[in-house]
Amino acid sequence: MSGVVVGVDIGGTFTDIFVHDEARAVSKTVKVPSTPDDPSRAFVEGLFQAVDDIEAVTTVLHGTTVATNALLENKGARAGLITTRGFADVLEMRRRDRPTTWGLRGSYQPVIERDRRLEVSERVLADGTIREEVDLQQVRQQTQRLLDMGCESVCLFFINAYANAANEQAASEVIRELWPNDYVSVATEIVPEIREFERVSTAALNACLQPLVSRYFDNLQKTLKKRGFAGELLIVQSNGGVMTVDTARQLPVRTALSGPAAGVIAARAISAAVDMPNIVTCDMGGTSFDVSLVANGQSALAAQTSIGFGRVVRTPMIEISTIGAGGGSIARVDADGLLRVGPESAGSDPGPVCYGLGSSMPTVTDANLVLGRINPDRPIGGVLDRLDVDAATAAILEHVGKPLALDAKHAANAILRVANAHMAGAIRLVSIERGHNPRHFAAMPFGGGGALHTGALIKEVGLQAAIVPRYPGITSAIGCVVADMRHDRVQTVNAMLDGLDTDGLNQAMMSTTRELQQTLDAAQSGIEQVEQYYELDMLYAGQSHTVSVTLPNPVKGAAPAYSIEDIASTFDATYQQAYGRLLSGIPRRVVNYRVVVIGKRRSFDATSLGSRAGSDNAVEGELENAAKAEAIATRQVWVDGAEVPVPIYARELLPVGQQIAGPALIEQLDTTIFIDPGLSGCTDQCGNIVIKPLV
Amino acid sequence: MIDAVTLAVLKGRLEQIADEMDATLFRSAFNPIIAEAHDASHGLYDARSGDTLVQGKSGLPIFVGVMAFAVKAVIDKARLQGGDKAGDTWIFNDPYDGGTHLSDFRLVRPVFREIDGEQTVFCYLASVGHWHDVGGNVPGNYNPVATECFQEGMLIPPVKLFRDGELQQDIVDILSCNTRLPNSLYGDMNGQINALDLGEKRLHELLDEYGDREVASALAELKSRAADLMRARISELPDGQVGTEDFLDNDGIVDQPLTVALDLSVTGNRLTLDFSRSSKACAGPVNISRSTTIAACYVALKHVFDDVPANAGVLEPVEFVIPDDSLLSVTAPKPVGGYTETILRLIDVVFLAIAKLAPEKSTACAYGTINALSLNGHRANGQRWVMFSFFGGGHGAHASGDGLNHGNAPISTATIPPLEILEAAYPVMFRQWALRADSGGEGYWRGGLGAVYELELLEQQAEGFLFGERGRYAPRGIAGGAEAALNRFSYEQEDGIKEPPMTSKMVGIKLVKGQAVKLETPGGGGYGDAGLRPQALIERDRELGYTGSATSKPEPKSGRAQVNPGDIE
Repeated sequence: MSGVVVGVDIGGTFTDIFVHDEARAVSKTVKVPSTPDDPSRAFVEGLFQAVDDIEAVTTVLHGTTVATNALLENKGARAGLITTRGFADVLEMRRRDRPTTWGLRGSYQPVIERDRRLEVSERVLADGTIREEVDLQQVRQQTQRLLDMGCESVCLFFINAYANAANEQAASEVIRELWPNDYVSVATEIVPEIREFERVSTAALNACLQPLVSRYFDNLQKTLKKRGFAGELLIVQSNGGVMTVDTARQLPVRTALSGPAAGVIAARAISAAVDMPNIVTCDMGGTSFDVSLVANGQSALAAQTSIGFGRVVRTPMIEISTIGAGGGSIARVDADGLLRVGPESAGSDPGPVCYGLGSSMPTVTDANLVLGRINPDRPIGGVLDRLDVDAATAAILEHVGKPLALDAKHAANAILRVANAHMAGAIRLVSIERGHNPRHFAAMPFGGGGALHTGALIKEVGLQAAIVPRYPGITSAIGCVVADMRHDRVQTVNAMLDGLDTDGLNQAMMSTTRELQQTLDAAQSGIEQVEQYYELDMLYAGQSHTVSVTLPNPVKGAAPAYSIEDIASTFDATYQQAYGRLLSGIPRRVVNYRVVVIGKRRSFDATSLGSRAGSDNAVEGELENAAKAEAIATRQVWVDGAEVPVPIYARELLPVGQQIAGPALIEQLDTTIFIDPGLSGCTDQCGNIVIKPLV
Repeated sequence: MIDAVTLAVLKGRLEQIADEMDATLFRSAFNPIIAEAHDASHGLYDARSGDTLVQGKSGLPIFVGVMAFAVKAVIDKARLQGGDKAGDTWIFNDPYDGGTHLSDFRLVRPVFREIDGEQTVFCYLASVGHWHDVGGNVPGNYNPVATECFQEGMLIPPVKLFRDGELQQDIVDILSCNTRLPNSLYGDMNGQINALDLGEKRLHELLDEYGDREVASALAELKSRAADLMRARISELPDGQVGTEDFLDNDGIVDQPLTVALDLSVTGNRLTLDFSRSSKACAGPVNISRSTTIAACYVALKHVFDDVPANAGVLEPVEFVIPDDSLLSVTAPKPVGGYTETILRLIDVVFLAIAKLAPEKSTACAYGTINALSLNGHRANGQRWVMFSFFGGGHGAHASGDGLNHGNAPISTATIPPLEILEAAYPVMFRQWALRADSGGEGYWRGGLGAVYELELLEQQAEGFLFGERGRYAPRGIAGGAEAALNRFSYEQEDGIKEPPMTSKMVGIKLVKGQAVKLETPGGGGYGDAGLRPQALIERDRELGYTGSATSKPEPKSGRAQVNPGDIE
């Protein structure tokens, strides 16, 4: 069944809609201002602006930052916790850490405060033995107490329940009976994995998010239905797959990185379409620079992340490294005379000095403006009319130029050098430090500011190329449309490899596969193909950190049937790759198994993003003859220590195959691309501009 | 001179190398003290002086200062042998020549570059990590009753682990024979070698890219800038001299308090730290070497002036007075296994002294004891087990807020192993893992809370030991803030609950199945006058059970008032 598929990504400033008509292979984008008080308003408005016939829409896919923002702004619901006697403080005690290495002024606010964390009698031992049955009468009383305290949601967490969940399950039945809504988060249902703090932290955050996120989805679904939408709403998860709204309501914590994950998915699809499966995505926003590595078309997954100090979310997520270097990052000279850029940011309000909204500290955007790389008369985003070059120059001179004895242009250039070095470090971290050769990778910038910096990053890290997608400002919305359904489940095993009960393991993995398959089947959206992956977290007995061992896939359709030898040889190969030295004679241990089930949706034709400019009359092979677009203007731009006139091109006028040698600027509504000297850009059939060193 | 922008760029690149070395060892280490608690450190050190040039951000803070002495020890030893050679890597754990205690094994490798046609040492790379067991009288090596270092473990002077790039199996064999946990030792040592290999590769790449001269001048410049900033920070303190002292309960052998006294003086942009009034060397293992003392002061100053970069420049404007016969400057074979307790007290006195000059720049004392607890025995199937862990407590309050509940020690960035990991690995069950009500010192800002950990033996018998402090002298407040609760350790026996005669130090604790030990750790000291604390905060503390808990009686505060420091020595 083909139809119209819509991706919706809600950002802080704009809500982006991407409409893809599968039958006609055409796409359309719409941008409307976000409505933070009720994000669903902009969602629905934008959607109806973008599609003519809502009944033709089969699927709406949504990358949401509702959970992320609630976590960052500490706006979760009032939740309570019920736990094993003696362990109510696990959530607050964390792993006995502190926010910063130096300086002892840290503080910590647990998401569920101490008076709402109640204990009951029960105890399971590490080997799964029930030492003390759960006292269900106490569970009843404590549940009532939490309700009396006005808790809207509840988290249940018992020690060692990963080894035997019987007590936790018995208690959960009692709580679910008494609790007036669905907002019950049971720790092992979310993370059935050893490590109590990480488990309770994830479950507690889930509990705090559930009311908020559920209400949001309910509203959204109701409004869409009322307006005639009969298709399915799917939600992007942090792991890069999508899930049904019902699953998302149960597990809102899985949407913690929904928005950024969607961007990476889009980048993956676009890079696959142009046959460059190795990329580093570079998402540069106002406050941060997010990078993520895609090797051979695959994203690396991280097991957990922390949203601020001590707020650990343990659920598989696309590994995205964030540093505080965005367009709004503030440049200043520190007490030791060193120029620093970020991590403090002017954000979007007041924003850079050039916005004229009251900020006086110079930012990366101000530096780009002063050097002529940004057009002061055509600010991206369309909110401001004009950027104030004089104010930006004065601020740079005052805060950077004077302390370093540089004029404004040199000072602005210094800000960019330091910011670029910082960003290059982030790229190195995900590439070189993981054993990848940067010469085999291309950078893919998205977000408003990324394309101004990619040229410098190519040079600094030694990347092969940069691919600037056609719509860098709406990449996340595109990612929603191309994402597959995906479910991950981890389960702790904790057994030596020698003598491992492989039959038991294979059976357990199979039954997990079946459960995940059922979740997948609950979605109505067309799934063309289902894939399973089996992984083990393993280590040498005595080690603390595991390596993730991806087992070879069973023959299509077959159940997993791994032998001890299969597992041993895969572990050895993986360990050697990671650390170099195998430790012969030391026994190996299997800590967790993980099952991944992916429902492949219809694949996306990235050429539908391509430019039609100048190609209306051109046929394949005649690109050479297609009319080349001329520069629309020139501007004085600071390049390599001097101001030179640089041609400016309009992106929408560029035909496929046009080469543009640097220095040059390409402007479009949502971004500006700078092609550094020594580099050259070329538009491809998917609408990308591929920037490479000149040969 | 190197331009400011290139300097900023190179600083980031160099720090990334050290950080990457840290991460490599943390991920591949065997023992949880490195893998989970990050009791390790990596950095780049000066080719001639051994001074710290660059240090990883996630390593143990105390090593930042101490590794310079360790590298210097290697430089001196190599000179006696005709100089360093490419392909050499040194290994040693001599605490008198490189600081800290025997558990910390250092690997030091010269990095050679061709300068004017000659192979020359550009700098040293070093890796230090706390090994799980290095022999000695007690598993895990925190022997609270050691009177000589020989009872604490093997002592290895700087020897070559690699010659011409070849691993010396003889050395590995000697090390392996002197530990109760050879697999763990082997795994950790390999992790450290991996870290050095990686660091060397990255450094060569950087030097090839930027040129040796450029990087060398960046390193020199970074150090001098740190020194300049430190001078600027010192000048912001009012000139003057202040004296303060704090106490260790005892040395584990003789039940008498020991004084750590500091006379701190500020003259313009110079700082003098004079420890002359401190106790003399003692019989038990709370002595420390001079290099450890200096390293601990470095940590304290870095906490107070946290914007000064972490390199040797921090100590340039600081002068030390430490008498040779002091507790704070011992030489072999005085026992030093419990060095953590003494350096925590050094950090406390630096905080207390600075608080007398400028309380808003300082913080009240943190819980101040590492509480190294070890339990060991044999499983029902005969297999030996050794559980060894450090425990947390509260941080001190400060001018901008209450102290952090349940933090790590100021000398460390260590995290505590998950209790589920401990229960899965050893036959123990925690009955309680909780915040300890009423343990933070009162004040306008309240000290952070300590913790209660109670664990029961599930199989057979076990023997254990504890190495802790603050059983008699509680962590102090500043600016009028009160002191925190004392550390308390108790253990169950057939005839009731016992406490050690030396409060927090004991060997030979014998448990049978079903018996438990209980640690109640101190909170942090308070800041400012408790009488002025806003009523809303006082009430919230009660609602949350941070204070006024019905089940926990108010702790007896320390016996400080009864002690006349004159009686101590």
